[in-house]
Amino acid sequence: MNTFQGSSNYVASEDLMRSMNIAMALQKPLLIKGEPGTGKTMLAEAVSQALGKKLVIWNIKSTTKAQDGLYVYDVVQRLYDSQFGNEGVDDIQKYVKMGKLGEAFSADEQVILLIDEIDKADLEFPNDLLWELDKMEFYIPETKQTIKAKQRPIVIITSNAEKELPDAFLRRCIFHYIEFPDAEQMEEIINVHFDNLDKTLLKQVLDTFYWIREMYNIQKKPSTSEVIDWIQALVIGGVSPEKIREAVPFAGVLLKKNEDIDTLKRHIR
Amino acid sequence: MFTAFFYLLRARGLKVSMNEWMTLLEALQKGLHQSSFTGFYYLCRSILVKSETDFDKFDGAFLEFFKDMAFTDELPQELLDWLENPKETPGDEFDMERAMQNERLSQQEIQRMFLERLEEQKEEHNGGSYWVGTGGVSVFGNSGFSPRGIRVGGEGGKRRAFQVASERKFRDFRQDNTLDTRQFQMAFRRLRQFSAQVDEAKTEFDIDSTIQKTCDNAGTLSIVYDRPRKNTVKVMLLMDSGGSMDYYSRLCSALFQAVNKSSHFKDLQVFYFHNCIYSKIYTDPYLRPSSTISTEWILNNISSEYKVIIVGDAQMEPSELLDGSYYHYGVRDEIAGIEWLTRFREKYPHLVWLNPSERPYWGGWWAKTYDIINKDFDMHDLTLEGINNALKKLMVNR
Repeated sequence: MNTFQGSSNYVASEDLMRSMNIAMALQKPLLIKGEPGTGKTMLAEAVSQALGKKLVIWNIKSTTKAQDGLYVYDVVQRLYDSQFGNEGVDDIQKYVKMGKLGEAFSADEQVILLIDEIDKADLEFPNDLLWELDKMEFYIPETKQTIKAKQRPIVIITSNAEKELPDAFLRRCIFHYIEFPDAEQMEEIINVHFDNLDKTLLKQVLDTFYWIREMYNIQKKPSTSEVIDWIQALVIGGVSPEKIREAVPFAGVLLKKNEDIDTLKRHIR
Repeated sequence: MFTAFFYLLRARGLKVSMNEWMTLLEALQKGLHQSSFTGFYYLCRSILVKSETDFDKFDGAFLEFFKDMAFTDELPQELLDWLENPKETPGDEFDMERAMQNERLSQQEIQRMFLERLEEQKEEHNGGSYWVGTGGVSVFGNSGFSPRGIRVGGEGGKRRAFQVASERKFRDFRQDNTLDTRQFQMAFRRLRQFSAQVDEAKTEFDIDSTIQKTCDNAGTLSIVYDRPRKNTVKVMLLMDSGGSMDYYSRLCSALFQAVNKSSHFKDLQVFYFHNCIYSKIYTDPYLRPSSTISTEWILNNISSEYKVIIVGDAQMEPSELLDGSYYHYGVRDEIAGIEWLTRFREKYPHLVWLNPSERPYWGGWWAKTYDIINKDFDMHDLTLEGINNALKKLMVNR
């Protein structure tokens, strides 16, 4: 049985690993929610690395249809080909192209399927995938073929909670909410990304970071990915650690809104 | 075996279904709780709860069911401090036999003893078998060795289920949203009017024209694309804010969220007013003087093709609706509220009024303005059914 224990460049909390393992054992999709920048998408990469399995990513956009994930039948190409008497026009198979879901199903070895930001799509989108995710199979009428997963993929679904997901869909998932890491976990995460970081620098950075996050009127709170970029900037810029808390250099890396930078300036004064 | 827990969760408002319950049983059979109570807690939570807003409800129900002796009474802070920071760490020499005796105690006995001890205890105790303290074999306290008992404060080596559940960390997320925004959103899907007359790239395959053109072309394939059909509905939402509307703020914000998230509108305008529409109207719900714009400007500039939804309880002082010289936030208004409302109704043929409140059953004074508005406006209750009816009306010509 697959078990996930975190990986060398991804710090997973104990409950996250627990949920991941439950989802794998029950062969159900794991639905992950959490603040942006808490590493929802990274999890799939870490799992794929830790288990040595291929990762198939299906990025969802507002225009994505459930059908796109299964297969696309390229009628136009076939029509054109038939016009010029190209070879193999009578082979419909040639014009059926697998989507990401289809790709994951037809893989010979078990893969990790990441359905990223499912809430970006249309309201009905998750409902259109119920059968496919439940049975791990779908039917292609054009070729009278049923694509059935050779090995049930490990499915990870992420959501930013932009839209509410339908109950019927939720019922089939294992749910996990990633909490924002506390200072201790954050230190661990940062250590995974940087070797030999100066102790004082790290402490100053974390203090400042949580100090900013706790300002009540910050509109877009900085998150993990921003703090990592910020440390990068501080290291390259060669800022002396003592200055960080007072001056907050390169604040633009942490805060993305003008109003927030103004708020910060008011607090520094 | 603990089906009662299932019903308790449902009774506490968690929408746990049979499916999920069966999944949980399957998981338990597979031993996914790793034979630990904490594992069991996380297992239950990840399978049965599908939103972080429900975590708190779940924690509450979990405690209620599994901790017969949940302690709601306040514990003296002093006692908690002793437990948090014990002055000394006792050695391992304990009367373990004494500890094993505790196993026979019933929950009620333990609870009774605990209350007695709370009365008696006046100082810190670590080790030992009687007092509330750390590292001992008494039935109270933490980091101890008693097989049964009440955990009082402290952080164990392992985070235990009760402790995690009793932290109730997710209280902030709780919304008690009895109203599902999704249902509202689905209702707003009704507001669709498709048209291909928009300036869009031609991306949609047009079968009929392709066949026609290919035939015209003597059988040589000629493909025709068309513009995708887009929703052309534009919506203007006018919301009553503050005052008597505060009672319905949750309901109204669910409605607002649903409208706001309905990305299928071609345009959405939202304005706010207090009690009734006057010569000024607000662009934010806090009704700041700086965020006013002239109502006349709206009437002149927002075209009549907009579908207008007014949300308000229609209950105010009659003079606020009928009197021409109402003095409003320093703006002296010569035109009565009802006159402004009538102007909206005349300008916008598609207009409905959603009311979160029922007609005041005591009638009389408060119902007066309700009745006046109800007579002239198409008023619906702000319920799922009401919205459905209202939106149906918006889509047809009056």
